[in-house]
Amino acid sequence: MTNVIFAGVGGQGVILASKILMEAAKNAGHDVKESEVHGMAQRGGSVDCHVRYGDLVYSPLIEKGTADYVVSLELLESLRKLEYLSDSGTLIVNNFQVAPAPVEAGLEKYPDDIKEWLAASVRKCHVVELESVLKEVGNRRALNIVMLGILSRFLEFGMEDWKKAIESQVKEKFIKMNLLAFSRGRELSI
Amino acid sequence: MQKKVLLGNEAIARGAYEADCRVAVAYPGTPSTEILEAIARDYRNIKAQWSPNEKVALEVVAGSSVAGARSLAAMKHVGLNVAADPLFTFSYTGVNGGMVIINADDPGAWSSQNEQDNRHYARAAKLPMIEPSSPAEAKEFTKLAFEISEDFDRAVIVRITTRIAHSQGLVLLEDRVEAPLKPFVRNPQKYVMIPAHARPRHRFIEEQMVKLREYSNRSVLNRIEWGGKKRGIITNGVAYQYVKEVCPDDSVLKIGFIWPLPDERIKEFADSVEELYVVEECDPFIEDFVRGLGYRPIGKEVVPILGELTPEIVDMALNKKKPANTIPAYTSSVPGRPPALCKGCPHGFVFEVLKKLDVVVNGDIGCYTLAVLPPYSAMHTQGCMGASVSMHHGFELARGEEMARNSVAVIGDSTFIHSGITPLIDIVYNRGTGTVIILDNRVTAMTGHQDNPATGRTLMGEPTHELDFEQLARAIGVRRVVKVDPKDMETFERVVREEVAAPEPSVIISLRKCILTK
Repeated sequence: MTNVIFAGVGGQGVILASKILMEAAKNAGHDVKESEVHGMAQRGGSVDCHVRYGDLVYSPLIEKGTADYVVSLELLESLRKLEYLSDSGTLIVNNFQVAPAPVEAGLEKYPDDIKEWLAASVRKCHVVELESVLKEVGNRRALNIVMLGILSRFLEFGMEDWKKAIESQVKEKFIKMNLLAFSRGRELSI
Repeated sequence: MQKKVLLGNEAIARGAYEADCRVAVAYPGTPSTEILEAIARDYRNIKAQWSPNEKVALEVVAGSSVAGARSLAAMKHVGLNVAADPLFTFSYTGVNGGMVIINADDPGAWSSQNEQDNRHYARAAKLPMIEPSSPAEAKEFTKLAFEISEDFDRAVIVRITTRIAHSQGLVLLEDRVEAPLKPFVRNPQKYVMIPAHARPRHRFIEEQMVKLREYSNRSVLNRIEWGGKKRGIITNGVAYQYVKEVCPDDSVLKIGFIWPLPDERIKEFADSVEELYVVEECDPFIEDFVRGLGYRPIGKEVVPILGELTPEIVDMALNKKKPANTIPAYTSSVPGRPPALCKGCPHGFVFEVLKKLDVVVNGDIGCYTLAVLPPYSAMHTQGCMGASVSMHHGFELARGEEMARNSVAVIGDSTFIHSGITPLIDIVYNRGTGTVIILDNRVTAMTGHQDNPATGRTLMGEPTHELDFEQLARAIGVRRVVKVDPKDMETFERVVREEVAAPEPSVIISLRKCILTK
């Protein structure tokens, strides 16, 4: 059984990344389930997706303390999902900040020590810098796919499986760009 | 046979297609919205439409069913409150073509105003209800619901929850089996509920419920999975998945037929295990029934009645195990990320003005309800669809005209069409003097940008008549109707001041497209 949580902010493409992972898992013959949040979350709120695959999956939700991977597209959001990570689990975090409404309104402060704290507190932790990669890809919206590419280094599926999964989930005219984004993530030294 | 990853709601759409459902009607509402969107997108042979509200949707579907077509209505839990009137009496008339009502509960109130448990409706309206535990079952159960409906002459409610509607899983795709239109036979004794017809129909449905209980006892939807006999767990819906996850060795009675509950099957199970548990989200619906059979199960004393269940909550309840990792707690405070109005949202201009004027705001259901939160903090009442307008009138009745001079009702375009028109008639009829602001952003935004009777387009994408709010308000008898772009905040403020001051009813149409509209 493999448990993956994608976290981010509404609009970052967390659901698409999950959908591609599910497709890859399905094509490899796994049972697969996922749980996502719609509605209020789309208005700039926190968003997450739980993806689980293996021989037989019951719960669509991952139990706290059992996630093999937490992939966070935003820095602060990683903190909210840490309780799901297992002690042997891997955390992958995009070092990018989106200010929540209370911070923008000056009511609260965006913590400035998250990166250092994560490095000191989580055993397998990768905080990644993606500015140059996203510039090269030429589309900031491909962030979700770059992060999926980074995750893919840890998973058992081959490049052909991923290519097929991506092609089945994105619009024809964006396939090339997304494949580039995925490859750059997969090759990134972390 | 091909398996595909589908959202629970997409799986229901697929089930409707495979069962040869011909008519599907809904009013959008999270977590049920994607059912009709998927039908309109993927299964174009089904006549799919948005109705102005759930009551209308259910009545349209009752009409199609009586006329002979397999028909489906979909709504969120609070939508069934709106449709409760037709629900209870169409229970008496029964069906002709199979009639299925998809009801989506929202434990945890992820995007709702309450956490009501609609299993009670099945019992109260004397209708069969079934509940899947996964997207795969969501498709199967939807198909079966049409068969049960026709076999027992009852509308069938399929209950789902947010974690079924918005979870994805592998679903087996099968071919559609044709279900031809049934002949419509004029039968007023069945289809016209005057008291003389209703009384014998009541007898008939009580008889049907007895037969349905026998069916429920035999049904594969209620399945015993024997494990160790030390502990037996009765469970339903997504809670079944959590139970299987955290108690793999115990015996489980999975309830898929929620009403009528299978009394004999429950007794067989309860008599075979040492310790009996009931694990269900929301109210002790199954638990109370099991108690009625004379058993003493452990249920709500360990399984929360509040919120939705999760694997760790069930693990804690059944195994006293608190799953956790050893990562230390983060030291500083983590700012929350509540949903907020988008940058440039037309509602934002409106609430900036209302905040400045410091009026009492009777609010309603939609994106704009977020104005209750900072930075606006400019909404003071809200409850259900349309209540802004009627509560606004109630404020005036309670506190006099002075109140009307210092308050407004605020309601979105789709919500106004859903339930705001009749209370506006009420204000005019009963000589009220309130001010109703219709936030007309040309779309049903909150649920993900659906069309509505004011957008000029149907769910199927056809052009249609655009409802004109100004003409409508005038026809109701409102003489003061002003249309204004809220982005021009100076003008908007002047208009609100004038209309609130006017000693007669006013409607302000705040017209500006949703910022997310392409």
